[in-house]
Amino acid sequence: MKEHQNKVWERGFFIFIIIVFILLPFILNDYWIDVFFFFGIYALLGLSLNIVLGEVGLFDLGHMGFMAIGAYTTAILNTRLGIPVFLLIPVSALAAAGFAWLVCSPIIHLRGDYLCIVTIGMGEIIRMTLVNNPFGITGGPNGVFGIDFLSLGSSLVVDTPRESYFVIWIIVGLSIIALINLQHSCIGRAWNCIREDEIAAESNGIDVRYYKLLAFVLGAGMAGIAGNIYASKLMIVSPESFNFMESCLLFCIILIGGMGSIPGVLIGSAAISLFPELFRAFAQYRMLIFGVAMILMMIFRPGGLWPRKRGAVEFKSIWLKATR
Amino acid sequence: MSKEDKYNSPIKDNAIKKSSKGNENKVILQSIQLTKKFGGLVAVNNFDLKVYKGEISSLIGPNGAGKTTVFNVVTGIYQADDGKVLLKGEDLAGKKPHQIVQKGIARTFQNIRLFNNMTCLENVMAGQHCRNQGRLVSSIFKTPIHRKEEFNIQEIAKRRLQQVGLWKYRDELAKNIAYGNQRMLEIARALSSNPELLILDEPSSGLNDKESEDLVIFLKSLLPEGLTILLIEHDMNVVMGISDWVTVMDGGKKIAEGKPEEIYHNPLVIEAYLGKEEEEEN
Repeated sequence: MKEHQNKVWERGFFIFIIIVFILLPFILNDYWIDVFFFFGIYALLGLSLNIVLGEVGLFDLGHMGFMAIGAYTTAILNTRLGIPVFLLIPVSALAAAGFAWLVCSPIIHLRGDYLCIVTIGMGEIIRMTLVNNPFGITGGPNGVFGIDFLSLGSSLVVDTPRESYFVIWIIVGLSIIALINLQHSCIGRAWNCIREDEIAAESNGIDVRYYKLLAFVLGAGMAGIAGNIYASKLMIVSPESFNFMESCLLFCIILIGGMGSIPGVLIGSAAISLFPELFRAFAQYRMLIFGVAMILMMIFRPGGLWPRKRGAVEFKSIWLKATR
Repeated sequence: MSKEDKYNSPIKDNAIKKSSKGNENKVILQSIQLTKKFGGLVAVNNFDLKVYKGEISSLIGPNGAGKTTVFNVVTGIYQADDGKVLLKGEDLAGKKPHQIVQKGIARTFQNIRLFNNMTCLENVMAGQHCRNQGRLVSSIFKTPIHRKEEFNIQEIAKRRLQQVGLWKYRDELAKNIAYGNQRMLEIARALSSNPELLILDEPSSGLNDKESEDLVIFLKSLLPEGLTILLIEHDMNVVMGISDWVTVMDGGKKIAEGKPEEIYHNPLVIEAYLGKEEEEEN
């Protein structure tokens, strides 16, 4: 009974949050809408890294590299060939995912810190390649500029902050639904098993290599979409937006929120993107506060602010639906 | 035909022991001249093992004899340096552990390896992975096919959990249940892949006498399902009480095999294994 009540409360809370998110852009000014837009970008990136780091437990410190691939794909194809940015969303996702498949295939068997080092290297190689302007298409350190708004021909153009806010949060919303479904499927369980114990997972019939690669490819694809939207919003992409520090911030999002927890990712990305704006007055102490907050969190809530709950509720709901 | 008979036959010790007399058709798992080296150390040396269908076979030997190494080679965690492992006549060389599970061998570990931060039910559901390859698109969109598959997985998991008596703990995290229950949960997880051969690595270690007894009764109750069981065991009471066939290993080599009572009186075995224990006691 109590469980049921909790569930009603939980559901009410989520509906409340969704309504708040719909109403926000009609209350806030443009500046704050943009802040929330970047919150959405970080949320999408956090969700994508959450697949790799949170669900499978693979240390990926080069995740910004995948976003860079998506952003540059959009930037180059849009400025050179004039393809509408909306059409480039799947292209960016595929480019980033394909790149991840190519690069991660040979390194996927590495464990823990070794994989971590290699992904740092991968992220840096991508950034340095962009700086070095291969074939004159990435524009070197200046990057590519003059990217169009999110648009599909002239009929559908997303050019106000409010509209782009909705675009990013609709994508985040759809991603969340897809990821929740994945969490409750064979695939999600296989990922968690690998995180818990790789040898046991393999001895229970889980193709560890395949599922690790799948996580990387999916995560990179989502990061590619984030890159696409980011590029069209800023209208410029430059290598400096995808540096190592940004990858570290993404890592922090997952750690703050809780590994494998979707609400946790939202809280984490809010912490990364909103608090710096709220505390602009203390800008020079930002990193100090951030560092202290991280240390305190690791001591008092090592599982993250909103760790994933497992068990009773989700099982019973599926159970009832299936038996009816 | 004889296979069907075997499945249906009640577990009378005599009936099973009769079959041990080398009917080659009934060999489900066989290792031929198996050798595994770690650097200069020969852990398993020209080892021949036979496991007969529908029986409980044991692999015993003093510590460091190479028993677990044999298990790890059979289940694909290590690759053999020489020799073959045949499952129903099919060579398992080069197969990955998850492929071997698909072939019908499930195992447990000496030091329990559960998915600690997942619930008991999820642990058992994960065991069926090889039978239900998760499809990405249908999982994302939660299609009816996907729901049905999930439901089937849960049904089987439910049955297995009830079988080991852990259904009431289904929503507890695996790390939170008692040690004896964790052992049973690991067995339930292995069983949920619906294997033909169940390999247990010291299932009674860490269990008290009562729990070991229950385990023996439970394992015997699995035989009518058509299951074959191979176990490594230290507890001689368990080995003698449960086994139809015993293989003894020492220093990576096979030193004896036979029915439990033969092994019990074999001087070589007493010297290598039982004898040592007596010395320690003195």
